[in-house]
Amino acid sequence: MTWFLRTKKNIEETIQKEMPDGLWTKCPSCGEIIYKRQLEENLFTCHKCNHHFRIGTKEYIDIILDPGSFEELFTNIKSADPLNFVDSKPYTQRLESMYKSTGLNEAITTGKAKIAGKDIAFASMNFNFIGGSMGSVVGEKFYQIAKYALDKKIPYIIICASGGARMQEAAYSLMQLAKTSAILAELAEHQIPYIVILTDPTTGGVSASFGMLGDIIIAEPGALIGFAGPRVIEQTIRRKLPQGFQRAEFVLEHGFLDLIIHRKNMREKLITILNWF
Amino acid sequence: MGTKLILDFEKPIIELESKIQEMRQLGETFDIQEEIINLEKKVEELRSQIYQNLTRWQRVQLARHPDRPQSLDYINNVFTDFIELHGDRRYRDDPAVVGGIAKLDGISCIVVGQQKGKDTKSNLLRNFGMSHPEGYRKALRLFELAEKFDKPIFTFLDTPGAYPGIEAEERGQAEAIARNIIRMCQLTVPIIVVIIGEGASGGAIGIGVGDRILMLENTWYSVISPESCSSILWRSWDFKEQAAEALKLTAKDLKEQGIIDIIVPEPIGGAHRKPDEMYLILKEILLNELRPLMSIPKKELVKKRRDKFIQMGVWITE
Repeated sequence: MTWFLRTKKNIEETIQKEMPDGLWTKCPSCGEIIYKRQLEENLFTCHKCNHHFRIGTKEYIDIILDPGSFEELFTNIKSADPLNFVDSKPYTQRLESMYKSTGLNEAITTGKAKIAGKDIAFASMNFNFIGGSMGSVVGEKFYQIAKYALDKKIPYIIICASGGARMQEAAYSLMQLAKTSAILAELAEHQIPYIVILTDPTTGGVSASFGMLGDIIIAEPGALIGFAGPRVIEQTIRRKLPQGFQRAEFVLEHGFLDLIIHRKNMREKLITILNWF
Repeated sequence: MGTKLILDFEKPIIELESKIQEMRQLGETFDIQEEIINLEKKVEELRSQIYQNLTRWQRVQLARHPDRPQSLDYINNVFTDFIELHGDRRYRDDPAVVGGIAKLDGISCIVVGQQKGKDTKSNLLRNFGMSHPEGYRKALRLFELAEKFDKPIFTFLDTPGAYPGIEAEERGQAEAIARNIIRMCQLTVPIIVVIIGEGASGGAIGIGVGDRILMLENTWYSVISPESCSSILWRSWDFKEQAAEALKLTAKDLKEQGIIDIIVPEPIGGAHRKPDEMYLILKEILLNELRPLMSIPKKELVKKRRDKFIQMGVWITE
């Protein structure tokens, strides 16, 4: 027999409520739990701290361009494997799995579009496709769409997101820095406006070429922008990097950005900018 | 000469050479002249056999050999009347990049090179050939000088990469490299680029756009060093040999890839074995390459240079 008898009702075991999958998301910056539909309405920015979530080309098309105006071009340009590159897995396999998992055909999407009725050439990089890395195809598609802008005498707007050059194409990738810059030299001579929007992250070969060559260089708040990645710098100098280092605000302060624009205002500001030219 | 760095694959040669040396001393008392001659022949054979069959990683090691001639060596020995010009006129003088006015066989030109040190002290001064933004901007203002006075440009690439540091980022490393690359696509004077040691990534191509790209036989040029490639793709530093193979980064590879125009042969055993011979070889090739470029109309020269880089890359059109 027990000495004590429970007189009150036992505390009921709570059944842990799982967050319904896909309905809520946590802001990586401030920890706020955000309702996904609200996040979408906020153009994938945190309503509390303004953190800009990484988004893809599809979302940027919706946010920036006139509805239904985007027409993809140069989809027929595909990666080869010129060096038969094999690391932990063959490059061709890596590409195949990327096509499948992302539904994209490369780390850059190019096409023609309109902003407030004005024709533009448009490119947007896809960070989830091998880190937005630039190989021969990114270089060629960049070249083709820039050439399109030149031929049609229309502005060229690009959204950058890239970890740098694609290692699996080695020296070919490195040469894309020169290739993309060569066509930008042509654009400059023909007064074709070239507008760059740097998003999180833009580093390496992309920042060291067309990313830093815009007539106007815009960034999203908080975007990591630099030449070397923070990890490489930490390994080299063997100390922790200061808070905010290489973030858009830092880069602006040091004079390498024209302006930072919140995603909500991007389209409207672009219209004003395009109207100036 | 102090103690020289001997690479693993050079050991059999060095051993034979010292044996010959010993025998020569003995030869003063015994008649072994014939054997010495035989051994010397053997050394020659061994040398050409070893150096013709180097792996890519072994070439990388040769490219980094501390005794290899460096930018200032080539500038001082291939050119005449060199006057070094300092500073970027913006921030400071970056010792990792050297440059100035010089003459090549009487032709006035601008020379710019990435400069490593020869020992710890000079390497610290030169930051191991890793430039800051001001190094690129120094190069740029020298390019502008060349453009203004219509003089050809020679650049020498020898860097493990642009410096990845806090100050370099603060002062716009990416912008400095990007600016040089596009400007080199616009300059109307002939530009000849020579890879003399290591050509690592954006740091190298930051002074590497030109009408003719030359690469010394035992050098490498790629998007990343084999070590860093190993650490990123294999997640370990131990796969540098495999990474070097995968990157296909030697002069022969890059010629096959259509990225460089000419492989500059080195004396057997590498440029550092017979630097004087190396200078003569390079001088002759530079002159041969420069002369035809000087007669191309400016507009055509620039167009050709842009088209050359625009064609680079391999892709499939479906």
